[in-house]
Amino acid sequence: MRQPTWLQVEKRTSLSPWVVFGVSFAAIVAALLAAGIFFKAYGVSPLRAFQLIITGALGSKVGLAETVRRTIPLLLCGVGLTVAFRALFWNIGAEGQLLMGAMAAAGVALFVPMPEVLRLPAMFVAGFFGGALWALIPALLKVKLGINDVISTLMLNYVAAFVMQYLIQGPWKGPTARGFAYTDRFPASAVLPRIPGTPIHWPTLVLGVVAAVLAYVWVTRTRQGFEIRVVGENPDAAHYAGISQGKVILMVMLVSGGLAGLAGVGEAAGIHRMLLAPAKLSLGYGYTAIIVAWLARRNPLAVIVTSVLFGVIMAGGDVIKVSLGLPFQLVNVFNGLILFFLIGSEVFMRYKVAIAWRRR
Amino acid sequence: MTERHSIHPAVELRGIVKRFPGVTANDRVDLIVRRGEIHCLLGENGAGKTTLMKILYGLYQPDAGEIYLGGNPTRIASPKAALAYRIGMVHQHFHLVPTLTVEENIVLGLAEGTGPFLNPRKTRRKIARLAQEYGLEVDATAKVWQLTVGQQQRVEILKALYRDADTLIMDEPTSVLTPQEVDGLFGTLRTLVNDGLTIIFITHKLDEVMEISDQVTVLRKGQVVATVETRQTNKAELARLMVGREVVFRLEKRSGQPGDRVLEVRDLHAQNDRGLPALRGVSFDVRSREILGVAGVSGNGQHELSEVLTGMRRATRGTAVLESGDVTNRSARDIADLGVAHVPTERIRVGTVPNMTIRENLILKRYRKAPFCRWIFLNEKAAYENACDAMKRYEIAAPHDGVAAKNLSGGNIQRMLLARELSGKPRLIVAAHPTYGLDVGATEQVRQVLLDQRDEGAGILLISEDLDEIMQLSDRIMVLFSGEVMGVVSADEAELEEIGLMMAGSHRREAME
Repeated sequence: MRQPTWLQVEKRTSLSPWVVFGVSFAAIVAALLAAGIFFKAYGVSPLRAFQLIITGALGSKVGLAETVRRTIPLLLCGVGLTVAFRALFWNIGAEGQLLMGAMAAAGVALFVPMPEVLRLPAMFVAGFFGGALWALIPALLKVKLGINDVISTLMLNYVAAFVMQYLIQGPWKGPTARGFAYTDRFPASAVLPRIPGTPIHWPTLVLGVVAAVLAYVWVTRTRQGFEIRVVGENPDAAHYAGISQGKVILMVMLVSGGLAGLAGVGEAAGIHRMLLAPAKLSLGYGYTAIIVAWLARRNPLAVIVTSVLFGVIMAGGDVIKVSLGLPFQLVNVFNGLILFFLIGSEVFMRYKVAIAWRRR
Repeated sequence: MTERHSIHPAVELRGIVKRFPGVTANDRVDLIVRRGEIHCLLGENGAGKTTLMKILYGLYQPDAGEIYLGGNPTRIASPKAALAYRIGMVHQHFHLVPTLTVEENIVLGLAEGTGPFLNPRKTRRKIARLAQEYGLEVDATAKVWQLTVGQQQRVEILKALYRDADTLIMDEPTSVLTPQEVDGLFGTLRTLVNDGLTIIFITHKLDEVMEISDQVTVLRKGQVVATVETRQTNKAELARLMVGREVVFRLEKRSGQPGDRVLEVRDLHAQNDRGLPALRGVSFDVRSREILGVAGVSGNGQHELSEVLTGMRRATRGTAVLESGDVTNRSARDIADLGVAHVPTERIRVGTVPNMTIRENLILKRYRKAPFCRWIFLNEKAAYENACDAMKRYEIAAPHDGVAAKNLSGGNIQRMLLARELSGKPRLIVAAHPTYGLDVGATEQVRQVLLDQRDEGAGILLISEDLDEIMQLSDRIMVLFSGEVMGVVSADEAELEEIGLMMAGSHRREAME
C-alpha cells in the first residue's frame, strides 16, 4: 500500500508555557530570516545588518538610551492592550488614544492656571482621562449598538490625528513658533525630568513598570480580572453567570485607553516638550504596541520584555538609516513580518505537528 | 459471501494506548471488526470510544499499539490517509460549510473536474446514484444551512461514500435525530452493510445496540470490558458491563409532600430570539418539595421559560414571584443570589467556560462572595478547597482541579455544573434537559441528585423532552404547546396518551374527552 502522507497533525489538549515560549521564539526567528531577504535585496549582508541593529541599539550608552526611550510608550500602550484583548475587545486604537492623552496634557501644560508643583501630576491625570474617554467612544458604540470594535477603534485614530493637526495649526498654534505648526514650548514646570544625558523621562518609565505589575495582579488575582476572563472566554457564560459584558468592556477600555493616554503625556512632556505634528509625536507606537501585546500573549507582565524587544527594533531602525543608508520604513517591514509570523504560529499552539518517519 | 469476506477482519486494533495529560483515554484496547458487519462501540461518556475512532481516522496518533487493515499493518497519519484506506467518519458535530451547497460540500477538498473547474454534471450524477441506492435523498443544490439536522447527516454520509469509503465510522449519529429520522438512518445503514460495507457505530444507548448491531464491544474507562455477539446478550448485561455495576432502571422515589409555594408565575409573556412570541400568558406555581415537569415538543416555549425565570431573557408581560420577592426582569445575578439554580439547556456553550479550569468554573457564580473573594482579591485557597470537596462529593472524574473544563466528558461537565448550582442550597432549581446526551450511569446519578434536592426542600422545574424522565421524576406535569399551558396533571394520574395529545395542542379538557 502507498504511504499517503508523513506529516502528522494532532489537536493539543493542553498548552504548556514552554510550548508558548518556544513557538513565539521560533516565530521571531522565522521573521528575522524573512527580514534578511529584504536586507539581501538592498545588497546588505543580513548578518551584518542584524549585528549593527543589536550593537546600535544595545552596544552603547546612546543606543541603550534610545532603546529605552522607544520602550516607554510601547510598554504603557502594550499593557493597556493586553487588558482589552483579554476581554476580546480588539482595541486597534491605542495610537489615537495616545494622541488624545498628549493633547489633554498639552492643554493643561499651556493653558490652565494652577500651582506649578501640581502641573505635572495634573497633566498625567488629564492625559489618562483624555485617552480613556477617547477609548470609551468605541466601547460604548460596541456595547450599545454592536458596532465592530476593530473598525471603530482604527478609524478614531485618524480622527484623533486630525483633531491634533487642527489644534496645532489653529487655536493652539504657538505665537513663538514662527509660523511652524507647533504649540509654544511647555513651561519648565510642565517638562518631565530626564536621566541626565539621555532622553529617558524616567517618571513615565516607572509608571509603565508599575502599570504592568498592577495590571497583572488585576487581571489574574482579582474578581474583576475573573470577570474579564469569563467575558473574553465565553460571553454566553458571562450572561448566564450574571456578569455584565457591557460593564466589563467599558472598564477594560477605560484602562486600556488611559494607559495609552499616559504614553502620550510622556512623549509630549518628556521628549518633545510641546505639541507637534501627530506623526512626529508618535512614531506609530500605538500600532506597534498591538504586536507587543500579542507577543506577550496578553500577559501584562510579559509586556515588560516584549516592549524592550520592540524598543530594540525601533532604535535599530535609526541605525539602519544612519549606518546603512536604508529607509527607516524597513522597521515597519520588520514589525509586519513579526506579527505575520506570530499570528501564523498560533496554529502550532493549537495543534501538535510531528513528522512520522516512514516505516517499511 | 464473496472475496470481501476474506479471512482478515476489516479493521483490527491491537493494544492501542492513548494518553492525554492526566488520563489514559485508551488503555491497551483490542478491537476486531469483521467485514460487512455493524459493530457497536458501547460505553459511557469519557470511556474512550471517540478517541479510539479518532485514532482509526488519523486524527490522533496512538502512543502504542498497531492498526491492521485487511490484515496489513498500517499507519494512519491523517484523515486524508484514512480516506485513502477507504475509512470514512461521520462526526457527532458535523463538518460542513453552511453557506455552500450540498454538492459543493461533498466535493470540497477533492481533486475533481478539469483544472480549477468543477464538473457539476458528473458530480450530481454520482451523488444522485448514491442517494437513491442508500435512501439518502437530499437536494444536491440546496445550501447546507437550509437543511434539517437529519438531512445534514445524510450529506456527511454521502461525503464519505462519495470518497469510496468501505468502512464507515458513525459517532453517536442518533443523538441529534428525531425518532423518524433514526428509523431512516437505520434503514440506510442496513442497506450499506448488505452492499458489503463495514460500519462502526459509537453509542451509549442500549436500545440502539440491540436494534442495529451484529457485534458489540463495551469500553469502560478506556479499556475493553467485553466483545459479544449482540444476539447472545441483553440490555441488562450490557448495562452492567458498561457501568461496572447493576443499573437500577427505576429510581426509588418517595411520594412527595409539597410544602409552601416557592414560585408563582402569572400571565408570563416573552419573545424568542427572532422577536416572535414564545410564551403567551403562562401561569403556574412550583412548591417546595415538588418537581414540576414541563413536557412539550421542543420549541414550544420551554427554553424561553427557563431563561425568563433565571434572568437571561426579558419578560414582555406578566410576573414571576419567588418567596423572597418579585424576580420579574431582575438580573441573572440577582436571581441567582435569591436562591435560584439554573441548569441550562446548552450546558457547555452557556453553562461553562471551556478554557477555564474546574476550580474556576465551580465558582463562576460565587466568585464575588466570601470565602472566594476577600476585598477585591480572589481567594485561591478557598476555591481550591471548594473544588476538592465538589469533585469528591459529585464524583467528577478528573486528575485534578486545574484541568480545563473543555477536557471533561459530558457527564463530568454536568456533574460539575450541578455541584456549582446546588452548592448554595437553592430554593428553586430550573433544570433544562439535565440528562440530555448523558450515559446511563451519569443519568441515574443526575436524576437521583434532583430527587434528593427535592426531598431536602427545593422546588424544581424540570424541563425535558424525555417523557420517561418527566413521568419518572415529576410530582406534577405541565404541558406547553405554542407558548401556552395545555394543562397540568398529577404524575400519579397522568396517562402517556393524554400527555401526548396535550403536546400536540389539545387543552386538557379536550384531551380528557
